[in-house]
Amino acid sequence: MHSVVCIKQVPDSAQIRVHPVTNTIMRQGVPAIINPYDLFALEEALRLKDQLGGTVTVITMGPPMAEAALRKCLSFGADDAILISDRAFAGSDTLATSYALSAAIRKIMEDMQVDLIFTGKQTIDGDTAQVGPGIAKRLDYQLLTYVSKVVEVNPQKKEILVERRAEGGVQLLKTSTPCLITMLEGTNEMRFGDLDDLFRAARHELKVWNREQAGIDEAEMVGLKGSPTVVSKVFAPKPRSKRAEMIEVHDGNPKDLAITLLAKVFTQHPKLEQEIAKRAL
Amino acid sequence: MSENAKKPTKKKVELLPQFVNYRHVWVCIESERGEVHPVSWELLGEGRKLANALGVELCGVVICGPGERGKAICGEAFQYGADKCYLLQDDVLTDYRNEPYTKALTDLVNTYQPEILMLGASTLGRDLAGSVATTLGTGLVADCTELVIDTDTRNLASTRPTFGGSLLCTIMTQRHRPQMATVRPRVMAMPEAEAGRNGEIIEVAFSMIETSIITKVLEFIADDTRDKPNLPFADIIVAGGRGMKNQENFRHVWDLARVLGAEVGASRPVVQAGWAELDRQVGQSGKTVRPKLYIAAGISGAIQHRVGMDGADVIIAINIDANAPIFDFAHYGIVGNANTVLPALTEAFRSHLAQMKQTG
Ligand SMILES: Cc1cc2nc3c(=O)[nH]c(=O)nc-3n(C[C@H](O)[C@H](O)[C@H](O)COP(=O)(O)OP(=O)(O)OC[C@H]3O[C@@H](n4cnc5c(N)ncnc54)[C@H](O)[C@@H]3O)c2cc1C
Ligand SMILES: Cc1cc2nc3c(=O)[nH]c(=O)nc-3n(C[C@H](O)[C@H](O)[C@H](O)COP(=O)(O)OP(=O)(O)OC[C@H]3O[C@@H](n4cnc5c(N)ncnc54)[C@H](O)[C@@H]3O)c2cc1C
Repeated sequence: MHSVVCIKQVPDSAQIRVHPVTNTIMRQGVPAIINPYDLFALEEALRLKDQLGGTVTVITMGPPMAEAALRKCLSFGADDAILISDRAFAGSDTLATSYALSAAIRKIMEDMQVDLIFTGKQTIDGDTAQVGPGIAKRLDYQLLTYVSKVVEVNPQKKEILVERRAEGGVQLLKTSTPCLITMLEGTNEMRFGDLDDLFRAARHELKVWNREQAGIDEAEMVGLKGSPTVVSKVFAPKPRSKRAEMIEVHDGNPKDLAITLLAKVFTQHPKLEQEIAKRAL
Repeated sequence: MSENAKKPTKKKVELLPQFVNYRHVWVCIESERGEVHPVSWELLGEGRKLANALGVELCGVVICGPGERGKAICGEAFQYGADKCYLLQDDVLTDYRNEPYTKALTDLVNTYQPEILMLGASTLGRDLAGSVATTLGTGLVADCTELVIDTDTRNLASTRPTFGGSLLCTIMTQRHRPQMATVRPRVMAMPEAEAGRNGEIIEVAFSMIETSIITKVLEFIADDTRDKPNLPFADIIVAGGRGMKNQENFRHVWDLARVLGAEVGASRPVVQAGWAELDRQVGQSGKTVRPKLYIAAGISGAIQHRVGMDGADVIIAINIDANAPIFDFAHYGIVGNANTVLPALTEAFRSHLAQMKQTG
């Protein structure tokens, strides 16, 4: 069983601040983390390896600093790690990103067959959930999105059974490997790597591939050139024109506050009063 | 790859010659087991405006099994603003599966060549949109909150939140067609259905045989929705935040909700603390809601919360801090301790409603 897990290094958005005057993003000192959703994908691949044996390869497309994210994955137990990194990738949208990643995965296949590809549900920065479906289509793999449970894998028969979160319920799907799974959050819990893996992760020789090494001959397929979408502007949400109308009573007595509020709201929104009465009585 | 590298560009870009004849606005009408996802109607409402701005037709795409109410769904789509519907019904399309649906929609696009194609950002819509866009090799903008036509170029300018909502960005697909976008449920307003409005149904044959499709649906286990909150479609929501202080106090939120027949919502810290279920989280990583009334108690109004509830008709905020950001966009504000103001509000509503009942 060989699983390839796609991970992305993202800024810890909980710590991103927007500059109050210039409205630009202040990234200084914002730590880079593994996209949290991708850890569910990695853990699921590691569990299958525990169960069935095999290999787990992690791959990311990103700047040289993304190496740290890959080493972290090795410390959790991944066997091998590949960073595809080239200035030519800068500005890639999801179409170009899935192109680059699928080319690199094809390159991996030259050495070892790939049975499963795992991605996270989405990232916390781009947040599009489009890269997983994109890779599957480009490799002509069966696509299983929002998988909540890998029920069973049968490597001999090349069969896999999963539960998928659908609209209004759960689908139990059976398909053949190779296939691509986007893993739903909260489906498992990332293990702590053991000491051996920690040492191995530090020493491991990462593969770093530039565009050609990743098997991409045409530079027009990646980066800004390979991206149909173009960001035309970035701006801050505009504040509502009016601040809230503040309800005040002379001693701040809650009862009077409540009665004053109700009188005001219902005078200005008589329909709302009817609506509430209709529902509540 | 990195947003730094993706510098805004102003330069005018020409459409590739193979796409110049692409026309009309399409909405993929999402239905499963005969039920149409309301986001599809919301998209028709939005699509109507785009089609009018471009002077073209608005078309719905209905893909379903032969036993389902395909024609009836087209009829509803006309009432919500569609001029035309493409209807594909086949056995292999009965349950949603990526492979046949991707082929159905991709073939349709290649044959009839729309300039804009919109889908709901639901689990189905995101699965399908990403696959279709890649197969067509076109751009797809995810989770848009605003769609407008750039009248100079006829291009679609799609605006979406970035970095958890702290900023917005406008994205265009200038050289490729169709221009694709997904929109989350409840972000756009539900249009009024216009009874008697009619349109043209174009039935399209679909030829894919079951044996050629690798993925099989063995079973569908419907959600038990009896006790599940349905926040996106609630008319009244009472929501509590970290300012409620603890789970015990959070019952004040429930008390008011009960009197108003409202749903209970929560900010993320409340869900993380376990005072409320995940289904009740409102915001960027939770639900988008559009109630007639939203009461926010002990919620600061962080942008990630705001993007999920900004569309409410009336917002009442209770916060102990007069400078809390929520007062910048709420309609009514009370500066005070939510743990005393909420019970007072509950009482005031209760007696007001009782009075209304008496006077009829
Ligand atoms: C503010 C902003 C808005 C954007 N909006 C759009 C848009 O609307 N449409 C569009 O096409 N592009 C958009 N992009 C570009 C997009 O974010 C990049 O293409 C990005 O490289 C991948 O998309 P994502 O982060 O949305 O990933 P998602 O599609 O959400 O990621 C899904 C999974 O794919 C895998 N994955 C994603 N990226 C990588 C990677 N670099 N290496 C390895 N695995 C990866 C991970 O497993 C991840 O969990 C936007 C970028 C920014 C910064
Ligand atoms: C990627 C990302 C996604 C996110 N998604 C979401 C999301 O979907 N939904 C969401 O809600 N958040 C989300 N957040 C978190 C968001 O940034 C805020 O941290 C969160 O909304 C704050 O919740 P809060 O207002 O309850 O708590 P706080 O910000 O701690 O505010 C508590 C408020 O209560 C007031 N208060 C204190 N005591 C009282 C009292 N006795 N009476 C009245 N008021 C009182 C305080 O003045 C304060 O304004 C997200 C963050 C990130 C980074």
